[in-house]
Amino acid sequence: MDKHPDERLPEFAAANGLIHRRELLVGGLLASVAPAIAAQEGLSPPPWTLAPGRPMSGYGMPSEWRKTVQRGFTLPPGRPGTGASRTPLHLLEGTITPNGLHFERHHNGVPDIDPARHQLLIHGLVDRPLTFTLDDLLRYPLQSHIRFIECAGNSGGAAAPNPTQADAGTLHGLVSCAQWTGVPLAVLLQEAGVRSTARWVIAEGADSALLSRSIPLAKCLDDAMIALYQNGEAVRPEQGFPMRLLLPGFQGNTNIKWLRRLRVTDAPAHTKDETSKYSELMPDGRARQFMLEMGPKSVILKPSFGMNMQGRGFYEISGIAWSGAGRVRGVEISADGGRTWAQALLEGPVLPKALTRFRLAWRWDGSPVRLLSRATDEAGSMQPPRSEWVKQYAPGQGYHYNAMQAWDIDTAGKVTNAYT
Amino acid sequence: MRTPESRALVVVVLGLLGSLPVLADGPGLGKAADPAVVRMMDLTILPDGKDLPPGRGTVAEGKQIYEIKCLACHGVGGQGQPMDRLTGGVGSLATPAPVKTVNSYWPYATSLFDYIRRAMPLTTPQTLRSDEVYALVAYILSIDGVVKPDAALDAMSLPAVKMPNREGFLNWWENPRR
Repeated sequence: MDKHPDERLPEFAAANGLIHRRELLVGGLLASVAPAIAAQEGLSPPPWTLAPGRPMSGYGMPSEWRKTVQRGFTLPPGRPGTGASRTPLHLLEGTITPNGLHFERHHNGVPDIDPARHQLLIHGLVDRPLTFTLDDLLRYPLQSHIRFIECAGNSGGAAAPNPTQADAGTLHGLVSCAQWTGVPLAVLLQEAGVRSTARWVIAEGADSALLSRSIPLAKCLDDAMIALYQNGEAVRPEQGFPMRLLLPGFQGNTNIKWLRRLRVTDAPAHTKDETSKYSELMPDGRARQFMLEMGPKSVILKPSFGMNMQGRGFYEISGIAWSGAGRVRGVEISADGGRTWAQALLEGPVLPKALTRFRLAWRWDGSPVRLLSRATDEAGSMQPPRSEWVKQYAPGQGYHYNAMQAWDIDTAGKVTNAYT
Repeated sequence: MRTPESRALVVVVLGLLGSLPVLADGPGLGKAADPAVVRMMDLTILPDGKDLPPGRGTVAEGKQIYEIKCLACHGVGGQGQPMDRLTGGVGSLATPAPVKTVNSYWPYATSLFDYIRRAMPLTTPQTLRSDEVYALVAYILSIDGVVKPDAALDAMSLPAVKMPNREGFLNWWENPRR
């Protein structure tokens, strides 16, 4: 006869206390160690129950008690419009990034575009060069898809010889996930009449960098979208208002914001941002160019740097995983530096090219451990150890970093960034 | 996922599209683009250089413009700081300390014309005349001897420039070596 969940030992799936994901269904494990509700501050009712609250507001904001949840960034001197801000991944839950916390990467600032004066031009190797206004596009049948965008330079600091001691948002926060709504690009290209010699589409933004990238035509006819909405509201200025190119699974830089022009060509343009930048130099001096798809990746966010353990006992390990190739098939977690692994629970729905939340119960016995996660995608690709990843590239090259993140926990419960 | 089969399928589909006179599954709300608008907006220069504008600039002219408009960000002779280094590092890419600059890394000179014309200087983009852009390209390339000190560049000569790292890039989309 089964014991009460509180009395029996959980089923372990791997060393150092990783509990089988099936146990989450049983319950009781976490509850058994939940701290008792804090003692009441005396017997008087809290003040917010004794007076009317605030009135309605036009656009709601997060709690005053959570104002410190902010994107992280530094302003390089003399060039405030170039750079990036990062999503505080470790302070968020679920898989959808709030619009005000979506990471930013700008090459010359955020333009304030009057939508009435903006148009999208499609030209080049087409039968009918066309322009579309925002109002035109809003009359098309729209589609919504939950998709991540990850900067190709995300986590690139991990190419450095020593691990940076910083929180997960600082290390990996150039990835965000939203529900994007817009017009499939294939519909517009079809209307323009793509010629048979066409192979590439050069996309250009209306910012003052006129940022420009060459996109394979096959991608444009596959799942590319002109995104007009982000999590139900108009795409934010930092994300390309009034319209951006969404290329699910492709490196973030190709998802051109403030999209104003698509030129269909038979060859790539070799723009600055696909030669000088966003290309991957290898040890032999040659560089990979147009390596566009983001690889499988996962990061444990709980616990992670800055979240020290509160004594031995039960914890939930949780984090996010994603892949530019499609769905995450599985995430494994190790608490012994990669010798034994347990399958984490994937929180559904598991969507292609979207962040997926993983969870696993864990009983920490207070000894030093190294926590690792590794994602496998539906194409069968698995995250490499860092030592394998760095061998592929020249020293200091940090694009497309997708190696496993390791967190070391010492006997005091302090969490630090570690290399494998 | 990208497979050879799916690419082949796209090619087949494209072939069909090309043979159809009119095909409009969507509402067809796009307006015919005014050719003048297309000419004004299309700043892209491909490696073939066929959309390069009229104009001409020399190394000497480029040096003068550079020192007024570029040096504050890119340093004396394009040596960099606070912004990107533009020159030097030729031949360093396969060493333990690769230095990626315009002259050591970029495969095409046309990309430099395209980028300067659309995005530079950072605080006043799209203000340079074509002659000035040609001159700046000539000057930057001359610093590492990619063009001669007395070179002049125009729509004919610019695409013919052979960059030192011309053969250094592998097109990973068309041929991923996994």
